[in-house]
Amino acid sequence: MRQSLAVTEMGFELRGVRVDGVDRPRLVDVDLDLGARGITVLAGASGSGKSSLLRLLNRLDVVDAGTITWCGEPLADTDVLLHRREVGMVFQQPTVAPGSVLDNLRLAAMDLDEESAADLCRLVSLDPSFLTRSASELSGGERQRVCLARTVATGPAVILADEPTSSLDPEATEIIEDLALRLGSASSPMEIGWIWVSHDPGQVRRLADRVVVLSEGRVAATGTAEGLASDPSVEVRRAVGGER
Amino acid sequence: MNDLADIGLGGLAISGILIAVALALSLTRRLGLEKDLIVAAVRALAQLLLVGFALRIVVDDDDPLIFTWIWVVLMVIVASFTVRRRAPEVPGVVPLALVSFTAAAIVSLGVLFGLGVFEPTGRAIVPLAGMMVGNSMTATVVVARRIVAEARDHRDLIEARLALGLSSQDAFAPHLREALRTGLVPQIETTKTVGLIALPGAMTGLILAGVEPVEAVRVQVAVMYLVLGSVATTTAVIALGLTNGLFTSDHRLQVAARPPSP
Repeated sequence: MRQSLAVTEMGFELRGVRVDGVDRPRLVDVDLDLGARGITVLAGASGSGKSSLLRLLNRLDVVDAGTITWCGEPLADTDVLLHRREVGMVFQQPTVAPGSVLDNLRLAAMDLDEESAADLCRLVSLDPSFLTRSASELSGGERQRVCLARTVATGPAVILADEPTSSLDPEATEIIEDLALRLGSASSPMEIGWIWVSHDPGQVRRLADRVVVLSEGRVAATGTAEGLASDPSVEVRRAVGGER
Repeated sequence: MNDLADIGLGGLAISGILIAVALALSLTRRLGLEKDLIVAAVRALAQLLLVGFALRIVVDDDDPLIFTWIWVVLMVIVASFTVRRRAPEVPGVVPLALVSFTAAAIVSLGVLFGLGVFEPTGRAIVPLAGMMVGNSMTATVVVARRIVAEARDHRDLIEARLALGLSSQDAFAPHLREALRTGLVPQIETTKTVGLIALPGAMTGLILAGVEPVEAVRVQVAVMYLVLGSVATTTAVIALGLTNGLFTSDHRLQVAARPPSP
């Protein structure tokens, strides 16, 4: 049964969203409200449509049917380049551009001065001395933090995170999760909302204010991790690490 | 015609000895290339003889220039389909190549004939257009293939740039630059070393035909500038067309340029 996710802050509203795939639809009949505050985790098995949903919200893909609005405005009517700065995205693979860390940050903000760049480094727990280092020579965890800093440099209201820690070791994962909790906190001056894709039940429980469980392209359940831990569906319970 | 350029049928037959040298190498070293060598030699002779007869009409100063321009159009069409054969993975390359070669012909032949560098006769238009199309074709294939490869191999980075709010032009700019450099650098290197390693074809032909070497050099240099200008024009036009085709108007990488989602 599809549930409605109650939100107090206006964010994304999806109605009857469908995205076709090669063999089968990637998303089917998705009705969902995704608030712009706190951390919403999209959980579910591999191939359940989590990443497809995230790409729609950054307008890297478009719907085949249905509508999406952002703060009440149809997504298709927004200025796509401005929208992508307002709703940033980090990917599973930390992809940095050739050049230094500073060069990478300036991809997002061309006139970024060195002091602001150093602040961004500190924000993601990187020493400012990293600014002059070649981005491609950093470890996976360091590169992912550069990608996050780069996205934060655009001044987003929401960051879409597509399994950003799945290729990282536990230590790097913890740093990134702490960062999300810090930036997402209501006490943070930035108060960035997160829509975070994860298939790690432990991470879902650590991060999520709200959880959306997807299954075969459909919304299987929405709620808190705690509430969904006793959901009748085994698949939903498994997604949030609930009782088997 | 100058006697130097008339080698006669006997001379042509004697030059065939050089094919025998290549055949001997293939036989003694068991390269298995004898059949290919003979086919290549005979095909070259037959094709060029046919072209030669056709050119008699096209370059004859008494015939109207319309035949000459038809010949140029045919060259452009054949070259466009050759680009598709050499770069089969590039979508919609034929119309783009047609536009590129046409643009290059208008720019380069326009300068050479419009500004009076050469007289607009069939004898000048056909060989110059041939050199323009021939050299541009190679560079066009290189650039077209490289653009498609860049979009395929660096899609993560391109989408990461798009997700930061960069326009599709900005997101792809470093890759476009790389592709254009790949197409242009060999031509620039050839231009730099011309005469040091090998004497270029047009100049060699003119000298064999009895033209004063310095006069031949002047023609050759104009030809090399023509080639450089044409290569730059064709690669720029095809790059622009292909890049536009990679992205949608709302700055998304086209589905064909991405792998299917898991």
